[in-house]
Amino acid sequence: MRCAPPAPKTAAQLLSDRAAGPAAAVDSPTLTEVFAENASDGGPLGFLLAQLAPDDGPVLWISDRLSRQESGRLCIAGLPHPLEVIAVDVNRPLDVLWAMEQGLGCGVLGAVVGEVWGDPPQLDFTATKRLALRAEAHGVAAWLVRRAAHPNLSAARKRWRVASLAALPDPDDSRAPGAPLWRASLFRSRWGAPGDWVARATAQGGLHLDHRVEADAAPPRAAEH
Amino acid sequence: MRHEDKLPVLLHTALCDPRQTGARPVAPAWRAGTDMDRTRQQGRGRAGVAAGAVASPAGGLPRNPLARRITALHFPTLAMDRYLRHRDRQGDPVPDDLPLALAVDGPHGPVLHATNRAARLAGMRLGERVVDMRALCPDLQVEFADIAGDRAMLARLMLWCRRWCPWTALDGDTGLVMDTTGSDHLWGGEAAMLRDIEEKFALMGLSCDLAIAPTHGAAWALSRHGGLRETCQGPELAPRMAPLPVAALRLTPDTVLLLQRLGLKTVGELAAVPRRALARRFARAELPSNPLMRLDQMMGRLAEPVQSPDDPPRFAVQSRLPEPVIDPEPHLPALARELCAGLVAEGMGARRVTLHLYRTDGEVAALSVATARASRDPDHLLRLFEGRLDRLDPGFGFDLVTLEASVVEALDMVQTRIDGHVDSETELARLIDRLSARFGADRITRPAARDSHIPERREGWQSAMVPAAGALASPRSPRPLRLLDPPEEIRVLYAVPEGPPVQFTWRRLAHKVTRFAGPERIAPEWWADRPSARLRDYYRIETQHGRRYWLFREGVAGDGRGGPPRWFLHGVFS
Repeated sequence: MRCAPPAPKTAAQLLSDRAAGPAAAVDSPTLTEVFAENASDGGPLGFLLAQLAPDDGPVLWISDRLSRQESGRLCIAGLPHPLEVIAVDVNRPLDVLWAMEQGLGCGVLGAVVGEVWGDPPQLDFTATKRLALRAEAHGVAAWLVRRAAHPNLSAARKRWRVASLAALPDPDDSRAPGAPLWRASLFRSRWGAPGDWVARATAQGGLHLDHRVEADAAPPRAAEH
Repeated sequence: MRHEDKLPVLLHTALCDPRQTGARPVAPAWRAGTDMDRTRQQGRGRAGVAAGAVASPAGGLPRNPLARRITALHFPTLAMDRYLRHRDRQGDPVPDDLPLALAVDGPHGPVLHATNRAARLAGMRLGERVVDMRALCPDLQVEFADIAGDRAMLARLMLWCRRWCPWTALDGDTGLVMDTTGSDHLWGGEAAMLRDIEEKFALMGLSCDLAIAPTHGAAWALSRHGGLRETCQGPELAPRMAPLPVAALRLTPDTVLLLQRLGLKTVGELAAVPRRALARRFARAELPSNPLMRLDQMMGRLAEPVQSPDDPPRFAVQSRLPEPVIDPEPHLPALARELCAGLVAEGMGARRVTLHLYRTDGEVAALSVATARASRDPDHLLRLFEGRLDRLDPGFGFDLVTLEASVVEALDMVQTRIDGHVDSETELARLIDRLSARFGADRITRPAARDSHIPERREGWQSAMVPAAGALASPRSPRPLRLLDPPEEIRVLYAVPEGPPVQFTWRRLAHKVTRFAGPERIAPEWWADRPSARLRDYYRIETQHGRRYWLFREGVAGDGRGGPPRWFLHGVFS
């Protein structure tokens, strides 16, 4: 039995935390949006999963019907580290938001991941603000995976745009792809400076961000047609 | 009233059971020699034991051991009746002239468990192997019997039988026993009551044999081996039992065979044998293989009260409203509190709660919510109904609201934590309840390991309402993060048919393969797949855009299982 979660923070506590300094706020769980440059790309998910720690608790994974149809279901055997996943399969984006709010109120969860396809009108500034505040009050990380979407107005504290890069070479097989690399650009951040990085998952189960060098600064841009 | 009535019966047992005469503790198996010695010293034989039974337990009224009236019910074709009824309800009735049998697994293949009339006429015998009987009757149709279902139905029938008398109990796999002492006059006498019981069961499609006698053993014997709806009074018990075969004594088949080899064919012949000889022979035998004790039970010398299980607790509260209301929501909190108070008193928790709303025009609306863990927290149960009451059509209003815990589980008291919080499992279970109440229990799932190596079959998703299964073992070779369901067909250019693709077209876009790993061959599961299933060669590839996919070729060229192999895209790597 895991220990009981702490009581949700009030708005005043959140404000005083932020006043104490941005360093404390940067690491606290909040709402993060991850945009996939290509809808069928698995890179954004790998980028997200590299930042989830299995010790935090089970992950509530909510996806709408179009996301499941177009980009497939989660495969547990392919997770980089063992995670306890509770999958919620809903039909509409509105249901994703409702289920995310319910999940964020449950402090024992490690993270709540919502997959939304396209730009539904319900996913506006108010909805994301609700999610962000709830995530910060209960200390549960919230992730929105956006596919085939435009970065419209949103209250997410960090907004990433992620695409796959050619993988590192496999040490055992020169013809095979090895550990994956992703191009991650943080185009909006509340507490940090935006930037452009080459990201990879570390062996300890974290995310490592490298500055881009000129050699890989010209990756094949996802030109679709 | 029920306990007061049962108590003398129990005392009566203690007195007339020869194992329990005297003050010593009950031995698990009694030695006939010692008991016989003591009874001889006291100058009491068979009659003495009976006289002991007659002696009053509370020191007042003498009790007649044959004063009770026990009804035994026997359903000779319960399994077949139930199956035929099931087929009728499915709208697919079995024709009368079709030989049909139900089978159970035996040591050498399936054996017949139940037959219908046409099969009996065709010479099918119970307990024979299905293959032998098929040889006799080639058009015999065989289905598998549902033993557990039959037993559950009998248990439900037992509770239903309490319409005639309050004490009913199971009696073997195909029988019920009822203590109808003092109940028969409510139904116009014993004969009328038996006719009523038989008629009610016939309306359900169940044939039953039944009989009333002063003892359980005698009623059992008469229902199986006696006439139609037989009733037997106390004085005529011994002469009526005498011509019945020894199998009517509820003995094991081995004991029946032994008695027949000894030349004891009927109950009367057995009763005529001197008691000491039988007692010496069957001194160590257990009750089901001890003819002497069975005979005593039949004749009332050894008491055998009907041990009727209590009614399962039913948790339902209702609120009858003076005037019809459109919105039932304000009435729910009081109902939920009352229901939960009842659950607390019994130490139970609800797994499923059903709300019934009775409209003034006679319609009934039902709404049901389920919980992942037994719960008796009124606030939590109320939250599950939130937002779902709007869909009910109130018509002209509801005038009766009932809330019932239709599925309950034992729920022990746990000490609350010192900080007042609930533990994490409870919190998670409540989240799952809320999500299930809104989206349906099948939408909230957890991964469950399956015993298969086909990638899409390896991971099943089972409802999160059931407890979590063990963790999945990860396979040796890398697996994708997402699996497409079903795999999508792609058009492929390759250098050699057995090799990896050079270029493929998926969703109308061309992808060039820059690097690949594989193939990893996954063979079809011959025990589960159809015979024409083809093997799969999986490739992990990277395209010129840096995306990594999982492709497979179904079959190899010239494997004789269809045309040229097709290619599919099955998964996406991170």
